[in-house]
This record gives sequence, C-alpha cells and structure tokens, in this order.
Amino acid sequence: MSDLSIHALPPVGMITLRGAMPVLTKAVTAVTGCDAPAMRMSTRAGDVTAMWMEPDEMMVVCTYDGANEMAGRLRVEMADDFATVAVVSDARQIFEINGTGGETLLAKLMPVDFAKLGATEVRRTRMAQIPAAVWRNSDGFQVMCFRSVADYATDLLHTVAPVGG
Amino acid sequence: MSRRLKTGGRLIDRSKPVEFTFDGKTMRGYEGDTLASALLANGQLVMGRSFKYHRPRSVVGSGPEEPNALMQIGAGGRFEPNQRATVQSLWNGLVARSQNAWPSLGFDIGRVNDLGARFLPAGFYYKTFMAPQPFWKHVFEPVIRKAAGLGAATTEPDADRYEFEYGFYDTLVVGGGIAGLTAALGAMRAGERVILVESRAEFGGRALVDGATIDGNDVVDWVKDAVQTLEDAENVRLISRCEGSGVYDHGYVLCTQDLTGFKADKSGPRERILRLRVGRVITATGAIERPLSFAGNDVPGVVLASAMRDFVANHGVGIGDRTVIVTNNDDAYRTAKVLLDAGLRVAAIVDARPDADSAIVNEIRALGVNVHLGRAIAKVHGNDRVTGVSICLQSGDGAVMQEIRCDAVAMSGGWSPVVHLWSHCGGKLWWDTDRAMFRPDPDHPPRGTDGNGFVVTAGMASGALTPAEVLSDAAKAVGSDVPHCDTVEEGGILPVWIMPDGAGPDLRAKMWLDYQNDVKVSDVRLAAQEGFESVEHAKRYTTLGMATDQGKLSNINGLAVLADRLDTTIPQVGTTTFRPPYTPITIGALAGEARGSVFQPLRKTPIHDWSEENGAYWEPVGHWRRAYCYPKSGESHEAAVAREVKNTREALGMLDASTLGKLLVRGPDAGKFLDMMYTNMMSTLKPGRCRYGLMCDENGFLIDDGVVARIDEDSWLCHTTTGGADRIHAWMEDWLQCEWWDWQVHVVNLTEQFAQIAVVGPKARAVLEKLGGMDVSAETLPFMAWADGRLGAFDVRVFRISFSGELSYEIAIPATKGAALWQALIDAGAEFGVMPYGTEALHIMRAEKGFIMIGDETDGTVIPQDLGLTWAISKKKDDYLGKRGQMRSEFQKADRWKLVGLETTDGSALEDGAYAIADGTNANGQRNVQGRVTSTYLSPTLNRGIAMGLVERGPDRIGEVIRFTRIGKNPVEAKIVDPVFFDPAGEKANV
Repeated sequence: MSDLSIHALPPVGMITLRGAMPVLTKAVTAVTGCDAPAMRMSTRAGDVTAMWMEPDEMMVVCTYDGANEMAGRLRVEMADDFATVAVVSDARQIFEINGTGGETLLAKLMPVDFAKLGATEVRRTRMAQIPAAVWRNSDGFQVMCFRSVADYATDLLHTVAPVGG
Repeated sequence: MSRRLKTGGRLIDRSKPVEFTFDGKTMRGYEGDTLASALLANGQLVMGRSFKYHRPRSVVGSGPEEPNALMQIGAGGRFEPNQRATVQSLWNGLVARSQNAWPSLGFDIGRVNDLGARFLPAGFYYKTFMAPQPFWKHVFEPVIRKAAGLGAATTEPDADRYEFEYGFYDTLVVGGGIAGLTAALGAMRAGERVILVESRAEFGGRALVDGATIDGNDVVDWVKDAVQTLEDAENVRLISRCEGSGVYDHGYVLCTQDLTGFKADKSGPRERILRLRVGRVITATGAIERPLSFAGNDVPGVVLASAMRDFVANHGVGIGDRTVIVTNNDDAYRTAKVLLDAGLRVAAIVDARPDADSAIVNEIRALGVNVHLGRAIAKVHGNDRVTGVSICLQSGDGAVMQEIRCDAVAMSGGWSPVVHLWSHCGGKLWWDTDRAMFRPDPDHPPRGTDGNGFVVTAGMASGALTPAEVLSDAAKAVGSDVPHCDTVEEGGILPVWIMPDGAGPDLRAKMWLDYQNDVKVSDVRLAAQEGFESVEHAKRYTTLGMATDQGKLSNINGLAVLADRLDTTIPQVGTTTFRPPYTPITIGALAGEARGSVFQPLRKTPIHDWSEENGAYWEPVGHWRRAYCYPKSGESHEAAVAREVKNTREALGMLDASTLGKLLVRGPDAGKFLDMMYTNMMSTLKPGRCRYGLMCDENGFLIDDGVVARIDEDSWLCHTTTGGADRIHAWMEDWLQCEWWDWQVHVVNLTEQFAQIAVVGPKARAVLEKLGGMDVSAETLPFMAWADGRLGAFDVRVFRISFSGELSYEIAIPATKGAALWQALIDAGAEFGVMPYGTEALHIMRAEKGFIMIGDETDGTVIPQDLGLTWAISKKKDDYLGKRGQMRSEFQKADRWKLVGLETTDGSALEDGAYAIADGTNANGQRNVQGRVTSTYLSPTLNRGIAMGLVERGPDRIGEVIRFTRIGKNPVEAKIVDPVFFDPAGEKANV
C-alpha cells in the first residue's frame, strides 16, 4: 500500500491584489515582509506567502482570521495608487497531497511538466475539467481550485489515486 | 488443417496452458498465444465473415493491420467488439465470439449476398436506394441494418475505469523494434528525456523472427541488452502494449496503453491515454506487408507471408501442411525457410518476377523447393479453406498452366512503410519506383512553430528494408553511431498490382483489395469508369479503406489499380488522408476519468448540502445544481412550487441566490466604464444604493441583466445572471484589455467568495429584526439600498432588492459561513412560517410581476426596446455598448414583436414556445405567425395561466384576442394584456 494521502485544508486567508506590479510589490513587501515574487513564482515570510498570478495580479496567502486586517493595511499602503484589494478567502479550496506517487497522481489530471516545476513555482493550470493551481509543499504538493467544485476535485483525486492506477 | 506444431514458438510457454472459449466452445492455448494463434492451434481457421458478402474469412495478418479476424471479447460490462484476434493476448477465462455472422459462423444466411455479388457493385447503396423514397425507411434500412455492421455495442455500463496521463519529453520514439531501440539509445546517450512506446508486449519487432547479427551478437541478445540499458537509464521510460495513436500540432501526441486487456486480473484502469508534449517524435513504426490481388485471395488459408512465418516462429502454429508461396520479392523466401525448418512442406514458390537469382532464392532452391518464375496464381480453389491453386503466366490473361494441391497460400506483394504518424500532421510522401512504396519525404516533414520538422522516421518506417539499412537510418535519425550489421544483398521487387497482368472481368471480380469491406479490383475499376477519379472520391464510392483497419492492407493496392485504370501513375493518384488514430481507440479511453461523479464538474453553493438534505429536486443551471423546488413527502413538484409561491407571497420564503455572478468593478474610470457596459447610467448611482441594469452586445441585443450596487466612490458591485458570471467577466476584461486599455478599471470576480440568501415575503423584515444587529427598517434601508452590518453573529451585506415583487432582502456573506447563516434564518423564521423556495417559484413570481428573464424573453435577437425596457436606457449618455446597433432601421420597424402579457380566455396555461397564428401562409407554404410565448406558468397567486410573449405590435393591441398553437390540439385563444399581472403599483415590495 502506498502512503499517499489527500487532505482538504481548512480555509486560509487569501487576498487578491490588482495593479501595476511595482505598486503591488512595494506594498506587499512593506506589509507582509515577502520579497517580490518573480513571474510564476512565490515568496514567503513567516506564515504569509505572496504569489505572482499574472502581470497585474498577485495573491497574498495568510491566516484566515488575519486576512481582513492585512487587506486593510494593503489598502492603506496603496491608497494613492490605482490598485484593488479584495479578500477572497472563501472563494477557493486547497488540497494537500503527500506521500509516494503524488506526482504520478497529479500527472493524470494536470498538463504540467512536474520535472520542471520549481520549488517556489505556482503553476496555474487545470485539473481535468476545472481551473486549478499547483505548487510544491515540503515533500508533497498543494492544489487549489474554486470552492464550488471542491467536491468534484475530491472525487477526481480519489478516482485516479487507487493503487495500480 | 491449421494446428500446433510439436516444437517451436518463441513466445509461448507450453508449461502454462490457458483455457478460453470461442463461440461457446472451450479451447486451450498457451500463455504467450494471441487469440488468433490459439484459434489456429485449435484448428479454427474461419474467424469471421466479411461485411458485405458474408464470405468466410480467416486471419490474414499477424498484427494491428488485421482486417478479418475481429472478435467480440468478454461479456457484460466488459464486452468489447471489433477486437483484432492477432493482437489480443490470450488469458485464462477469455471469452471470444465471432461477429457479423447470422445465425452462426459456420452457416451464414448473408452468404447469399455473395452469390448475387454482381448485383452489389461499387456505389450500390447510392444507386439502389434512391427510389422509391419511402422504401428507404421501411424496407432498405431495416434489412441493411440487420445484415450489416460489425460487433454489437454492449448495453451494460462499462465495468472498467480509464485515465489519462500527461507527459513531457524531449524525444518520443514510437516503435520498439531494432530501429526504435537504436533511436532511443541515441537519444538516451545525448541526455535527452526519452519515452519509448511499443504496441506489442515485447520489444524487438520483426527482427526477432527474421533474424540479424548486430554488433556481433544475435539480434535476440542485442535487443535484450538494448532494453536493459534503456531500462537502467534514469532519463528513459519504456512502455510496452502502448500504441502511438496520433500526432498533432505543437508536438502533441496521443499514445494508448493497454493495461488489463491482456490478462485475467482486471483491477485498475482498463486503458490509459498518454497525452504527451514532446520536442520531437521518432516514428519507428515498421512496415506492413501487402497482399497480392489474385482471384480467391480471400479464401481462408491465404495469409501474408510474414504472418505465416510469425505464427510458426512465435507461436509454433502452422496454418497448413502444404503451402504455396506467391510473391514478387525476396522477402517471402524467408517464409519458405521458416516453414521448412519447422518440418512443413512448401509445395511451390510462385514468383511473378521473370528472374530471381539472389542468395536467399538460391538457398531455397537448393533445399529442393520448386520455384516458378514469371508465374502467377490464376485462382485459389476452396470455399472455407484453400484446397489448391491454379498457376498461370504473370504476363498472360490467366490461362491455367498447372494446378497445385495445397492447404495454405502465403503471399507477399512487397512492404509499405507505416507512414501514418508521419502523415498525421502533414508530412509528405514520395513514391519510390524501385521499391514500389510510398516513403516519407525528409525534405517535407510535419513542421512545428519554428519551421523545423518535429517528426523523423526511422528504420522500415522510412522505407529501409534490410537490418543494416534499418539500423543506419535509425542512427541517422538521432545522430548516433551506427550499430554494425552485415549487409545482405537482396533481389528487387517487381510491382504487381493484379495477378495476372491481363486478368479479365471474371478474375478481377474475385480479387479482393479491402477484405473487411469486400471491395474488389472490379469495384475500383468501376468507380474510375463512372468518374470517381480522385482517390478520395473513389474511396468513398467503393468504401475502400473505410473499414476498422482503415485500409492498412488495401490502400496502396487500391490506388495502384485506380492509377492503372486511369492510365496514370501511382504518385499522380496519391494516397488518401492519414488521420488519427492509428488503430481504433475505445470511447472509454477517450473519456478518461470523466464518468460517474466526475463526468462533469458539478458546482455546489455553500447551501447545496442543506438543500440536498431537505429534499431539493435539482435542476441543472450551467454546471451548478439549483433547487427547482423542495417537495415535502408525497408532494408533487407542481404542488410544492405552488405552496412555495403562496407561502412567499403570504409569509416568508428563502432562496439560495449564491449562484448569481458578483463582479467587483473598481478604479477611477469604473463609472465611465459601467456607463458603457450598461444601457443606463451607473456613474450617477450614489454609494449605498442599487440600480437594475441591462447589458447589450455591440449589435444592441440584450445579453445580461442584474442589480448594480455602488460600494464607494471608486467601486461598484455588479450582479450578473447565474449563467452570465464568467461570460460577463470575460466580456468586461475583453473591453478593458483590447479597447479601453488606458482606462483605470479593475474587475475582480467575487462570485465564489460569497453565499447570497434571498429572504422574501411580508415577514422578511421581521425575521431579520429577530436576528438583530443592524437596522433594516424602511427608513434606514429603503427599497434599492444596501448596507453592511451584522445579523446575529454574522458579518453581512444586505441588499434591499426584489425579484419577486415582495419585501425582500438579499444577504451576502463569505461563503464558508453561508450554510450557518441559512440555518440561523431558517430557525429564526420558523415562527413566521419560513419555507425555502426553488427556481421554479422564483420564475413564477418574477413572471407574475412581468420581470424578464435572460434566456426566456431574450434569445440573442431581442433588444431591450422590444421588451418595453426603454426606461432602463439612458437618453443622456453619448454612448453605450449597443447604442448604435439599436439605431438600425430593422429595430425601428413598427411591426417588431414586442413584449406583452397573455391570458388565455379559458384560464389554462399556454404551451411553452407556442406560436401566435396569423392569417395566410408564407412563401414556403407554412402558416404565418405573429408572435410567440416566451414564459408561461400556472400562477398559484392568481389561480390561472399567465404568460409573457413577443407579439407583433403587441403593446398597441392590448385587449385583442389572438390564437396560439398547441401540440396535437386545436389552437387556444389568449388576450393580449399588460405583462405585469400582480401588484402593478409595486406596493408590496415598497414597505
């Protein structure tokens, strides 16, 4: 039997930031302590992660309870800039996949070249028929999808997970 | 009699017998057998019936090209039709059945078609079933359906599961023969990420049967070493029983891996489709031997020469004791050698070439085999199996010179490289006259985005014939060192497309080109004669190459016959198009994991589980499921809907409105932007207030609607329809990114972030006040206002908006707390008689109020002016999306169909989509119409049918009675009325 495990994580704080990247990085660095993430990458400071999402979007991941306060500080920091801050902690579901065969499992669902997935890379992709993102997490992976399709995602992961698959 | 030989068979393990059944009869084979070899070993030569004439057919090949030996494998949920017995591995308990035979394989009534074969020529279907027209449906089609068709489809759900795997490699090698192994070794040594797929169970390909010495080793040992080296390499992946199915643009390749089809243990997925993205594809797919076209070349016992020696060498199975070999090249002499080594007799070699003097020819002659040069087979004798052949001159007209008794015929018409994968993405071919084959043209490969070829052929797939040539070509493909292999000179090929050259109509009508579809030389000639000169037309007219084998054996012979009849050359005629997949792929494999609960993503709101537990009857809305109604035990849906409407109008209802789109539009230019997106003015909306808005496309057609709330100076929250959330988000981004890229506006889709609960009815305020925490009074929170606040323990945003005409609050809350708030409201509402209501009650209540619904009252041809919504179109604005479109003369016409209410005179509900009848008929003789129903319901509130519809000049005809169609009944009369049926003054919502 494999030691493969799939867990749905409790909600975490997520903040969507839209704006010119220099504006976002300046504010994120000041408020969260995270370095500016390079394209497709993430940076981390304590329990806060800053993820590059697209050329004018970043996502800050923090504790669920701290999201509103952190969003407020980011808004203040960018008060004079054209930038948008939105708390989206309830919009998504994160799964943690640990153990042997995690990569094989995900390769059945995601068109991702895992051999080239960097340690801090946030790969926005799809998982079967839904939008998803995947990144490395210690020895395993975390997968993120929208909340409304979390049950579908759970079923998917468990459908292709059995041994012999 | 085909039989198992006493010795031999490199693939079978005689110590491991395997039991299987064929047409209910128990038979035995060995581990390592294919179904075809095991059937032959049991003396079962006839394996199927042809498609059209139901002629008895036996196996003709030994690989994936097999057209005849198609079987139904398995039973119940694992039943699979059209499986080729030549590639179906035998396993203990395998159940096989013949197909296309009725009532049985031995006695087939359809065989009568064969006796009347001259009445079923090319284009038969097109010619015969033209008239009289009613005959098609009632006579021809049922009879043809009974007689035609191959395997049946199972009626049970598939017992297996399937999956995909995505992979990324520098080099994909398709084919694990000596060419593929050489190429893979080269790519491995260059440090590339390599994947090698081989469709059969074992690596090594033809060379294992035909023999070679490579780098001083016997090819068997060389292959073993090569496979071991590749397996040990970290940068290489080897997969057997995996076929290269299709090559697509941008280095995308599909490969199909069989996972359980070859064994009794059926656990795990049945098949896996590898969806690969690769830098380059090396196709080492080998070549397929061609049949020769002589009369009776389809009689059971006539097989390809290579297949005959495969069965002997691989499985220790002889197809006959006395074999006549007929050929136009040297390769078939190898079969003679294998047969003689196995102790079988070669009655004669009939060689169409006038001269043959190579080493192997002389070697066989020296063994005492009669070699008849310049000769041909005039005719094969026998019905259900070969009993002999008549010999004639190849250059003659078929006059019989000699008859030879035999029980098998091995034929070789030369080899055709398997160019399918090369050709899928546009690789071109050239005709090699010397070798009589289409070969890949390296100067015209399929090209990638950089303009360079991304498919390279290797070995026999390139047109190489000898092992030395094969290895050299494969090494060249990857730029590696060439393994050493002695070159053996062979004699050339004599192109022979029909046998004999001067065969007349009688013989041509017995020369099969396409075995499975029963296409003969005479059919292709007839097609040409009737003007189907393009090879693509001739293919469709005759059905040549349209069977499950897709012409793997028949294409080249067929187009050569066509070229001959048209007095042109083979390259002039060209090939038909090679399309994926190389061999058929099951629908299950193509669907991958997508079945059952993961067939499609099902979107669930935070309140979904509560609704499920409380008996919701679901309706699909896009990928969402929404509660249609909440029937109580024993209650019909109709009754439940009526109860929900009444309860909401009289007391308190709750609706899960979470699926509504919620788009945050923010920035200094957001007001200007929304004034363009909506027909009415959004920039003047005051913070804290809501406004209903309409969105049109550039042509002026209404595409979405919803309530917009102004959050602060720079922020608006736009509600869209459930189905419009992603579409309108994309629509906004499109305009912002492509047209107004310098406007400072951000759009963030917050649909998933919030649950939204509509609390509706006269008691709505009471229940919110009971929860407490914020002022929801008419003074503080009037109609079309919103406020942030707390309700009980919940942080919420409350919108005072109504889609029902009742006092109504829509409460937004972060999604993870949605279910808790819903439960709190249900609990608090108990004393007020709260009941949840579903989408049907929502629809009825909005229709009672005359509110339009996108998708009901609109269908992409309706502008807001048609719906009486001019009040929602700003006259002050210079522009909005759709403004110019709406100015077109078509939209100004007085006779446009416009929105009205409709009331039947008898109180019944109109039929959905019914047309209003007008006088006279149109140019097509159809009844004229003057309108149609867009929404219709039985109103529980008013206790009669109400409807909305678009009627010609409708608003000018209030009070007029018109007639509407009913399916299967007489038309019904309805009066044109105002579309607002209930509370026209809006007093109930505004309290």
